[in-house]
Amino acid sequence: MIHIGTYIEQFINWLTLHFGALFQVIKVVVESVVNAVEWTLMFPPFYVVIALIAFLAWKRTGWGLMLFTLLGLTLIWGMGYWAQTMATLALILSAAFIALLMGIPLGIWAAKTPMAGKLIRPVLDLMQTMPAFVYLIPAVLFFGLGKVPGAFATVIFAMPPAVRLTTLGISQVPKDIVEATRSFGATPRQLLFKVELPLALPTILAGVNQTIMMALSMVVISAMIAAGGLGEVVLKGITQLKIGLGFEGGIAVVILAVILDRITQSFGPVKKINA
Amino acid sequence: MSKLKIEDLTLIFGKEKEEALSLLKQGKTKAEILKETGCTVAVKNASFDIEQGEFFVIMGLSGSGKSSLLRCLNRLIEPTSGNVILNQRNITSLGDKELQEVRRKEMAMVFQNFGLLPHRTVLENVAFGLELQDIPQKEREEKAKTVIDLVSLNGYENQHTGELSGGMQQRVGLARALANDPEILLMDEAFSALDPLIRTQMQDELIELQEKMHRTIVFITHDLDEAIRLGDRIAIMKDGEVIQIGTPEDILTNPATDYVSSFVEKVDRKSIITAASLMFEKPTVAILRKDGVEGSLRKMRSSGLTSLPAVSVDKHFLGFVYLKDILELKAKGEHTIEKAIIKDIPVAYPETTVEQMLPFIAENGRAVPIVDIETNKLIGIVAQTSLLIETTGASWENVTGNTIDNLQKEII
Repeated sequence: MIHIGTYIEQFINWLTLHFGALFQVIKVVVESVVNAVEWTLMFPPFYVVIALIAFLAWKRTGWGLMLFTLLGLTLIWGMGYWAQTMATLALILSAAFIALLMGIPLGIWAAKTPMAGKLIRPVLDLMQTMPAFVYLIPAVLFFGLGKVPGAFATVIFAMPPAVRLTTLGISQVPKDIVEATRSFGATPRQLLFKVELPLALPTILAGVNQTIMMALSMVVISAMIAAGGLGEVVLKGITQLKIGLGFEGGIAVVILAVILDRITQSFGPVKKINA
Repeated sequence: MSKLKIEDLTLIFGKEKEEALSLLKQGKTKAEILKETGCTVAVKNASFDIEQGEFFVIMGLSGSGKSSLLRCLNRLIEPTSGNVILNQRNITSLGDKELQEVRRKEMAMVFQNFGLLPHRTVLENVAFGLELQDIPQKEREEKAKTVIDLVSLNGYENQHTGELSGGMQQRVGLARALANDPEILLMDEAFSALDPLIRTQMQDELIELQEKMHRTIVFITHDLDEAIRLGDRIAIMKDGEVIQIGTPEDILTNPATDYVSSFVEKVDRKSIITAASLMFEKPTVAILRKDGVEGSLRKMRSSGLTSLPAVSVDKHFLGFVYLKDILELKAKGEHTIEKAIIKDIPVAYPETTVEQMLPFIAENGRAVPIVDIETNKLIGIVAQTSLLIETTGASWENVTGNTIDNLQKEII
């Protein structure tokens, strides 16, 4: 028998023991970010938030999505899941933000340094293919129950597409443009900010979209460690075998997913063609 | 003093460069080095000087190493050994910062596929080099606008480059390079991606521009016609080696190897070959007031010719004399040949091309007199057969026998 599980357990315990203070700091910071976002979404009356999201939908895509947003969000409010939906949205936005904050620079690094690319790729593969529930265990050990371990697991699960698509976008910048830029005496920094990032932007934005969608799916799962939100509704439906409750939560998730997906997609390559 | 000096430049691609370099020094061939080390020798011991204001063309087929050589000049590719010396300064040993300065101020490059930024307008693209130098926006846009005028892009300033045709895009590429006010312009197959008509037009405009700017240009092409049209001098490359350097006319008249001759055969020579390379110097002439009637007859007899160019004692070209006229004078008992000279004969100059001399073929079977454009002194003559050979494309080898003697007798 090979007890890999034992070693991993020992390693996680060792981390918890020696870096407890660090985890505590992370917990406080992440918790305040999530709470701040949630408070911002919950502070105004629900119809103001619906109107704002509908306006954004109209501005980015058009009438169709605006109508869907108005009806969908009103339905959620009508079903009585407004608070849960906003909690879920807050957790998605915070986790996706952190994932992008780490993922995009990592992607740039992987594109620029072949060695880093080689190292990062298998790690990304691992992060994406590992069953999502598995992340919940160390998350609880590090941060206890609640929103922060939920956000932690979500960040790990949602980061790979941001890294991958940033790397892809930057390595797809035409070689002759990079060469021309260098020939005019650009510093590596100028090359990155004036040429590579702007040209890779559509691809990076596709990564942002995927990260947000993956964050959504993980946030629902992390209800299992008491992250709250819509996941909790669905979970209650499962554990108490209440079909109605489960589907109500599910429909709310679908509505949120469609709105998030269409709005973030509108920032991607499609817009380039119109311009 | 040369502007740009390339010394013994060698470029090797592969992992065991040092090994390959030492093998190369031992005189091994490219194929042997590839077999032993797996390295490719892209450029082998290239050495040449480029003068201030010179239009220098490097011509070669794909895989000849010409583009790699060009990229060694501004170190977009690091040369494996050898030096690139610009204004007495060795570019190859510069640090990153200094190299950036050289690229910003002294060398600018134009690319085959333009290398423009599709997310920016024409004006922003042209000003890009200046932007990299942190020149304030207003100043760089002013400068960019003057260059845009120069390459006739006015009115396109605010268009995105993706919306422009190939020719227009390359104007943007050229303008971007010129905006930096570089001492040396590196052009990598700059017109190769364009339609033939547009290409010719761009070549003409570049020639016109160069007459105004007098920059030092290093231009890469795979097209010998283009090389000949544009270049003051041409370097021909094959398999990483420079096999001949010379003026277009040198290359056409004295191809160094069979490889070069195989190219040269296809070139339209009429507009390139000049009288200077076709003419016989020191032709037999009748000198007025020195060779009288008798003297002229003797010269005609000994050379077997029925007509001679007539010159004054100080070699000014006067016209032609014909045997029958001289004989007439002799019958009349005259001593000088003055009355026999047929004047107002059209002349050509050393720079006159074969194409321009074509009308002379009709001139009564007479050779074409070549005179100095300023002093009107006779320098030589071009036989009509030479003109015919050049225009029909027959090669010198096909003319059998003692060519020069035969021609002179046959024609004059």
